[in-house]
Amino acid sequence: MKRFAWLLLAWPLVAGPATVIRNATVLTITKGTYQGSIVIRDGKIAEAGEKVSVPEGARIIDADGGFVMPGIIDCHSHIAADSINEGGVPVSSMVGIEDVLNPDDPDIYRALAGGVTTANILHGSVNPIGGKCMVLKMRWGQDAHGLIFEGAPPGIKFALGENVKRMGSPSAFGAAPGLRYPASRMGVEDVIRESFTAARAYQRAWHDYQAKVDRHEQAVPPRRDLKLEPLVEVLEGRRYVHAHCYRADEILMLLRVADEFGFKIRTLQHVLEGYKVAKEIAEHGAGASTFSDWWAYKAEAYDAIPYNAAIMVRKGVLVSLNSDSAELMRHLNTEAAKAIKYGGLSETEALSLITINPAKQLGVDQRVGSIEPGKDADLTLFDKHPLSNYAKVEKVFIDGQLYFDREKDREERPRKELRKKALIDKLKAQEKQDKKKPDASEKKGDQPGEPQ
Amino acid sequence: MKLPLGMLLAAASIILHAETPGPIALRGARIVTVSGPVLEKGTVLLRNGFIEAVGENIDLPKDAWVIDAQGLTVSPGLIDALSTVGLPETPQSPTPSRSTAEPSFGRQEPAMPLEQGPEFRPFTTSWVRAADLVNPADHRIEDARSAGFTAVAAFPANGIFAGEGALLNLSGEKHGRMVVASPAGQYLTLATHGFGTFPGSLMGVLAYIRQVSCDADYYKLAVQAYESHPVGRTRPNYDRAVEGLLESPRLLLPAGNAVEVDRMLRFAAELKRPAVLYGGHEAYRVADKVAQSSIPILINLKWPERPKDPDPDEEESLRTLVLQERAPSTPAALRKAGARFAFYSGGTAPKDIRKAVRRAIDAGLAQADAVRALTLSAAEIYGVADRMGSLEPGKIANLVVTRGNLFDEKTKIEYVFIDGVKYEPLPETPSNDKAAEKERPAAGGLP
Repeated sequence: MKRFAWLLLAWPLVAGPATVIRNATVLTITKGTYQGSIVIRDGKIAEAGEKVSVPEGARIIDADGGFVMPGIIDCHSHIAADSINEGGVPVSSMVGIEDVLNPDDPDIYRALAGGVTTANILHGSVNPIGGKCMVLKMRWGQDAHGLIFEGAPPGIKFALGENVKRMGSPSAFGAAPGLRYPASRMGVEDVIRESFTAARAYQRAWHDYQAKVDRHEQAVPPRRDLKLEPLVEVLEGRRYVHAHCYRADEILMLLRVADEFGFKIRTLQHVLEGYKVAKEIAEHGAGASTFSDWWAYKAEAYDAIPYNAAIMVRKGVLVSLNSDSAELMRHLNTEAAKAIKYGGLSETEALSLITINPAKQLGVDQRVGSIEPGKDADLTLFDKHPLSNYAKVEKVFIDGQLYFDREKDREERPRKELRKKALIDKLKAQEKQDKKKPDASEKKGDQPGEPQ
Repeated sequence: MKLPLGMLLAAASIILHAETPGPIALRGARIVTVSGPVLEKGTVLLRNGFIEAVGENIDLPKDAWVIDAQGLTVSPGLIDALSTVGLPETPQSPTPSRSTAEPSFGRQEPAMPLEQGPEFRPFTTSWVRAADLVNPADHRIEDARSAGFTAVAAFPANGIFAGEGALLNLSGEKHGRMVVASPAGQYLTLATHGFGTFPGSLMGVLAYIRQVSCDADYYKLAVQAYESHPVGRTRPNYDRAVEGLLESPRLLLPAGNAVEVDRMLRFAAELKRPAVLYGGHEAYRVADKVAQSSIPILINLKWPERPKDPDPDEEESLRTLVLQERAPSTPAALRKAGARFAFYSGGTAPKDIRKAVRRAIDAGLAQADAVRALTLSAAEIYGVADRMGSLEPGKIANLVVTRGNLFDEKTKIEYVFIDGVKYEPLPETPSNDKAAEKERPAAGGLP
């Protein structure tokens, strides 16, 4: 299957030095909208405009009047990983998504089919301080390392509220052998405060050690603590905090704790009551990544309104819309459209919620999020305007390579079915043959099978 | 007459499985040395548990017991590169302990509070040694021998850091005699024990292993510093978990599918400790990466199969089907790429081992490479190629003698030699008796 995918994807690479998409309506997001072309060279956008110079030997893709927009960026996703939650401890900053990336997850391909090219893969939300996140490009067919958005600043997940304190409840996740601290919002704050107090001490221990080394004194380095290292990075502004939150009070709590310890919350995730404290969020400089109109699935999600995104935008917050779901991830364009209905954002403002804004929140806006010369050629071609619910994704490029092509996908399907049928027949025949052989035994010990 | 008496004694001693049999010569056999060319008609001379000579023309000592081996094939005894054979079936290794405070043999673990982390050394018994647990009475030893195995790499199998393995000769006598090399490595699993524990996820396990590895480096440094200047210094805490890791010459890391193989190759490189991967069914997809890493991989001979009684409405994915078809081609792909690999039984019943190897041969692996993967390659991976794995003078006299090529369908195993002692295979028993089967599970491998 992988081999097939590669055959499908390899051709633009060898097709020549440049690719030109023409006859398209180009929604650049940051530089307006125009009818024209885009020139792609070496994985980057070389030129974008109504008239472009078509390089000799360039591969021409006729968009047939379709709409090209920057590849969609999802600031909150849990696909492409073999595990998401390390739930037994209140602070799991030692774990990271990078360790468990699964490039074989078909949700990557499905995300591509929805026009997504970049996603922030987060740890789950049961710990006040969760695991390390990973920004990925949806480079379906490459290995785990090939998915990583090279140079994207590292992140870490925090979480507040019900999911976190629920672990302290006797009914938590069925047969948990005991209760885990914290069991209240007060406890959540305490865990974060305690952790950063410990991180400061750890930071100091290393500074002291380094100072001794610098003075050529004999010194034993401190024990490396992989739980505290990421928190020191947060304190030093080298790791972004993406904090899952719902209620206004807990949002303010987190912003206060962060201010106290001198670090920034990069994004508030979900942040369904963000509209109540938008001014404070903007003052802190945190981004907000929320849902369009998804609420009331638990008590802390009752006070949500679909105007949340638009209100926060108007109050000067950097806002994005995220999926948090492998399914929703496939139609983030229509999620953006809802911000026009609820709150009256402009088309560009709405599309910014799933392109340049999340790019800024993830610190990758120099590379992706808009169609500008010099940026990565991460592009999504829709047949209709992406804010229409009739729009379908036709082609998706990442780094100038074609990673999704609806037409190819359609052609591939019957071939895959045939291959599957042939394989089943072959394996069944083999089974029959094995049964005939005298030394073929049905007997099995009670040994466990393949792990996992 | 001294000579015949000596021969008689030699014969008797063989029957009694004595420790130092007299010289034995297998004459006129086809000899698969593995380390060198195949001798179509040669002789192997064994003495004192060693191979004394291998060749086409060997002067045999007068007191040698000469076995006419015409029409037979002599190969190095097979090595199961990952097994629990020879260890207690209900492991005496402690149940995964969550505390470093005290060993917990036979003790009920108190319920521990949940807010714990790596420093509590969860699911770790890295200090447990297979060499200390050897059970010569393990009935699986005889089953394995009957399938041509003369040695196993046996490992404690419970927990994340499960313990230190040992190379065991399957002589089934005194346990001290069975241990060929120890410790052979540290067996790791990525076991998790539910959402409410640490580690409760794959990434938690990996983070835990990484922290223990860091702690081991730190421990070495701290102990050294203290030992050189103990006066007026704080004593580092003794940490048996880290001791076990530091004693182990290599880490055995699980890696079944291609993603896991890739992941574990990177992880091993990051830990900067010698590593061996095990599992490898989908390694055909990443054979070049395995070769480039020069990290060896142990391939599980229990090939993935279609479910025995599948739900007719349940359709397997194309990926699953492809894996079922292609898994046995992994050894050939690894061989072609130049990767280092060996085989382990992985729960395949000993009597089905050769059938499983034949699947790999049918998928493109040369007979000779298949033999190597069960002999010399395994010995090399465990650093014991100086004493076993091939038919060379000076090596331990572990041999398997067959009528026909080792892995041919009609081939019968005549007998094996272990430490120069001859063992006959078990007579083939009808396996209808389910109760007996249950009492004596044939498989003895690690999954």
